[in-house]
Amino acid sequence: MSELLALPTRKDEAFRYSDLDALAGVWPVAREEILVPSGQSTSLSIVEDTAGAVARHLVIELEAGATFDLRILSFGAAFGRIAVDARLREGASFTLGAAQLGSGAQVLEIVTEVTHEEPNASSRQVIRSVLAGQATGTYLGKVAVARGAVGTDSEQSVRAMLLSRTATANAKPELEIYADDVKCAHGCAVGELDAQGLFYLESRGLTPELAKQLMLQAFIAEAFSGAADEERLQALALARLGELV
Amino acid sequence: MLQINNLFATVADKPILKGLSLSINAGEIHAIMGPNGAGKSTLAYTLGGRPGYEVTGGSVTLAGQDLLALAPHERAAAGLFLGFQYPVEIPGVSFVQFLREAANSQRKVRGEEPLSGGEFLKLAREKAALLRMDMDMLKRPVNVGFSGGEKKRAEMVQMGILDPSFAVLDETDSGLDIDALRIVGEGINAIMRKPDKAVLLITHYQRLLDYVKPDFVHVLAGGRIVKSGGPELALQLEEEGYEAVAA
Repeated sequence: MSELLALPTRKDEAFRYSDLDALAGVWPVAREEILVPSGQSTSLSIVEDTAGAVARHLVIELEAGATFDLRILSFGAAFGRIAVDARLREGASFTLGAAQLGSGAQVLEIVTEVTHEEPNASSRQVIRSVLAGQATGTYLGKVAVARGAVGTDSEQSVRAMLLSRTATANAKPELEIYADDVKCAHGCAVGELDAQGLFYLESRGLTPELAKQLMLQAFIAEAFSGAADEERLQALALARLGELV
Repeated sequence: MLQINNLFATVADKPILKGLSLSINAGEIHAIMGPNGAGKSTLAYTLGGRPGYEVTGGSVTLAGQDLLALAPHERAAAGLFLGFQYPVEIPGVSFVQFLREAANSQRKVRGEEPLSGGEFLKLAREKAALLRMDMDMLKRPVNVGFSGGEKKRAEMVQMGILDPSFAVLDETDSGLDIDALRIVGEGINAIMRKPDKAVLLITHYQRLLDYVKPDFVHVLAGGRIVKSGGPELALQLEEEGYEAVAA
């Protein structure tokens, strides 16, 4: 336990891109433990809109056949870190849809470790980052498949959009597989808004700001698709995107 | 309505338009024809204000307003519509949302009340029917998964909804089969053949002009208009080729 309490350094992979000075102010980070009992379904939406430094660490246990749907919209903190550990038993299902919308000198990060401990569990992570100014957005996502966890179905989709040349996106989807007969897909892309698409929208009368906002809204939509409070999350994100463009 | 006077434009520092002049009055339909590389699409994009198309000389006015001083969205609000040769696919944004935002953005600039959701859908349904397009297609993401012909019909639906005073249609006939060509041609007539509107059709072929009868036909070659005439000029071009006619 004492090891956990020591402030991490750059050498610690999970904190490689963190703002360590800001982290020091909120260290140690309490573990928030969530247990989803066998066969039950739970969902949680986190809207991280407070200023200053915020760090959270969720530890989620999904028992056999349990379902957990986690959505994260992070845009407020100067330093905002959300770490999620999820452990899946047989047939459990974990969804994470997250959007990080940063500007100025914000440092936003999502660090996940999803472990498929038993057969036939599925996990799906969709991470979208929109970064303006000198903002940094990081996603470090490890999916571990334990020995014997056959029939695992896991997917990570990670995309970042940079609105300025000075913004930074770090993305590291990682797989650690000790079982056969598993399906683990991951994809990762960092890009800029399509100039041709923007001109097309503007030629129809949209202001450049509105054209960008519309394209960014489309870009992050998948992160909240299917959420119980999808409309609320979309509306909050849209308002924030209006400030970024 | 549209006055182009001695227009010079470059793309990536390469001169493309070299002293192009053209005058189009309200109520007229003009066709510009010309060989590949003559500057036809450059003219369309320059009028639309696409980034990268730099005007190095001359002037363009639309209804007396200096078009070149306006940003692309302001040109749209001033009454310009640009029909794209290659309409752009925009995943995740539905036609309905995009077009309602577009129509209301233009109305705002003109100091008009925004259309309500109901009013907009009624208008969209009417224009989609005009182009024989299923309304369900407009609920899909912009141009995604559309065939070449569907994209062009969708362009015309957009034109119908946005109701411009002047339209530049860049090879709207390319990628159309014979039935679609007729539908698009009739759509252009229904939307734009009016005393207070005008159209500039950019095309390679005579066939669209069978449906949309131009009042004037111009030949664009080497970045300028080298010959102008009536509809018979298009027929002559079709028969004899650009080289013989424009020489």
